[in-house]
Amino acid sequence: MELSGGEIIAQFLHDEGVEYLFGYPGGAVLQIYDALLRADKTKHILVRHEQAATHAADGYARSTGKTGVALVTSGPGMTNAVTGIATAYLDSIPLVVLTGQVPTGVIGSDAFQEVDSVGISRPCVKHNFLVKDINDLAETLTKAFYLASSGRPGPVVVDIPKDVTDPNIKIPYTYQQSIEMRSYNPVTKGHPFQIKKALELMLQAKKPVFYTGGGVVLGNASETLRTLVKTLNFPITSTLMGLGAYPSSDEQFLGMLGMHGTYEANMAMHDTDVLIAVGARFDDRVTGHLEHFCPTAKIIHIDIDPSSISKTVQVDIPIVGDVDDVLTSMLELLKDSDNKVTNDSDAMKAWWKQIKQWRKKNCLRYNKKTKTIKPQYVIEKLNEITDDDAYITSDVGQHQMFAAQYYKFEKPRHWINSGGLGTMGFGLPAAMGVQLAHLDKTVACVTGEGSIQMNIQELATCMQYQLPIKIINLNNRYLGMVRQWQEFFYEGRYAMSYMDSIPDFVKLAESYRHVGMKVEQTSDVEDALREAFAMKDKLVFIDFISNREENVYPMIAEGKGHHEMELAPDSELL
Amino acid sequence: MRHIISILLENESGALSRVAGLFSARAYNIESLTVAPTEDPSMSRMTLVTSGSAEIIEQITKQLNKLIDVVKLNDLNVSCVQHIEREMMLIKLKAPASAREEIMRLTDIFRANIIDVNGDTYTVELTGTTEKLNAFINVFDCDSILETVRSGVMGIARGSSSLHV
Repeated sequence: MELSGGEIIAQFLHDEGVEYLFGYPGGAVLQIYDALLRADKTKHILVRHEQAATHAADGYARSTGKTGVALVTSGPGMTNAVTGIATAYLDSIPLVVLTGQVPTGVIGSDAFQEVDSVGISRPCVKHNFLVKDINDLAETLTKAFYLASSGRPGPVVVDIPKDVTDPNIKIPYTYQQSIEMRSYNPVTKGHPFQIKKALELMLQAKKPVFYTGGGVVLGNASETLRTLVKTLNFPITSTLMGLGAYPSSDEQFLGMLGMHGTYEANMAMHDTDVLIAVGARFDDRVTGHLEHFCPTAKIIHIDIDPSSISKTVQVDIPIVGDVDDVLTSMLELLKDSDNKVTNDSDAMKAWWKQIKQWRKKNCLRYNKKTKTIKPQYVIEKLNEITDDDAYITSDVGQHQMFAAQYYKFEKPRHWINSGGLGTMGFGLPAAMGVQLAHLDKTVACVTGEGSIQMNIQELATCMQYQLPIKIINLNNRYLGMVRQWQEFFYEGRYAMSYMDSIPDFVKLAESYRHVGMKVEQTSDVEDALREAFAMKDKLVFIDFISNREENVYPMIAEGKGHHEMELAPDSELL
Repeated sequence: MRHIISILLENESGALSRVAGLFSARAYNIESLTVAPTEDPSMSRMTLVTSGSAEIIEQITKQLNKLIDVVKLNDLNVSCVQHIEREMMLIKLKAPASAREEIMRLTDIFRANIIDVNGDTYTVELTGTTEKLNAFINVFDCDSILETVRSGVMGIARGSSSLHV
């Protein structure tokens, strides 16, 4: 079949089974768009800003495990997409971003809408390509999808000059599903000797803890992790990115760890003698001060990316490999009679007893009797009203932490947030991608009046495609997390963290023909949520006017260790 | 500690900037970097000289390996490898009649070659380790050196071990 460059792209997306293409047209991609009209299998979703295209593709990818795809034009189209690309890079999300480029003949001449897309995106992609010849186009697309989704996933940018998609130049095309690359061979099988050594250490442990991250979700290892953790009867804590990989309701789950993690999770980290890190990367928000990190522990680290191992924390037993594969090998080894699980030993009993003591602190308690709405209360009610199948996206700030602490995630890929880059404006466009991937499922976006205004224009996209997202806006008229840090560390000088001139969100939602609701009292929260979630086919924007100076607790201040965490002062609990 | 890292790289446009970008983005040092195509024109061989603690060097090699364009690499400064390193320098010297004899003598001592001559200058070509090149520079006073150009260090393992695909 002879196709033009534009047609090759359309046909390739079809052959690759791409369901949705999130994009925004412009000069350099006109010929691709023209060809897309002829491709009916891949549905194009017209966003209102290119950043939203990448976030929506990202939300689609996180909730399905498939590669998300975006298409933007050259110059400003590409630069707008960069925040979304970097967001996906920091959280290892498989994305392919097709960017238009000026024709090859004028590259480097500062042509209209020209930027060095490969240069700009280089530090925040897994890899990128500039396709200078139509004969390289199909193979480059195959490579892009392969790279994005294999090994440690990540975003791949393919920059396509306009002359490469000239409708008058046609070449033979055949779809190539896979490709060998001599310079790219991700390790998937863990080293058997290392796995055996790790398991022996685990079985001798007196105070073990599993510390699991986004890699468990990305590697589809939740089921195996659950079986292994249950078999061993070890306690388990999760990073922000790993929530849902292990059911929150299980008694072995200690909650999230790190800066706003639970008391029991962080204290267990501090006291553990064998730490089993699985698909987690020892981020500074997790470790606290490195000098105080797990002072008495031997550390086992399972990760598919060798460069994640011993990057910030030196580990004792590294295992490079696919997380599910390694955990499966451990389970198989446990069937041998020499590997006796002694989870009823005195040491393990004492360890669980200690954990129960820490749990008694009830570190997430807060005063529920206030008339003013507590953000924690809204999330608890949201958790009650929605079932385990609901998808929760969030923006970035206090509301994100409250959602992570108070929503009880039971399944992987149901908690969608920007953990690594911390991108405000992520929540709503990500929710669009999630909703499109799961049309019959409940999707809620937990946000604040600061974050939501960073991509508020996407309410129009939601209208166009009838996406019944529920927006939970925790409106405290402050950039809450900034204000909290200013209260704690800058003597209460609230420099520029006050949100002035906030729109009437009810009218704003209505102007996009959505439903808007405003809730101002604790007693109305539950009814409002029930009413909103009963509107199955409507986007509902619920503006919760919440307690202005609520703080996120527990908290480990920057530069402190896990054992130095601060709980909410009693005065706040009255 | 100083490390010489040999890298086989896909000979693609932008591959060099990926390596250079990695070093600036992660605040690693580059002392020198030299690169040219190999006998297989689809690949380039790069020699990169860097320094850092053992942990930093480990991260550098891991991060380099992670670059899709890096086919293979070898740290020449690990205990199991012995290596040879060479650097080349072209140096242009003021050569008034009174200094010509002395420059030629020094050129002989260092086993260098005079490769260009005119009424006022000599251009000398010299190959060796970084220390040897520095020693040659140090025998002249600053005023008599008009220009130096150095290739950066190239390295190769001793014996039959080789970096190839």
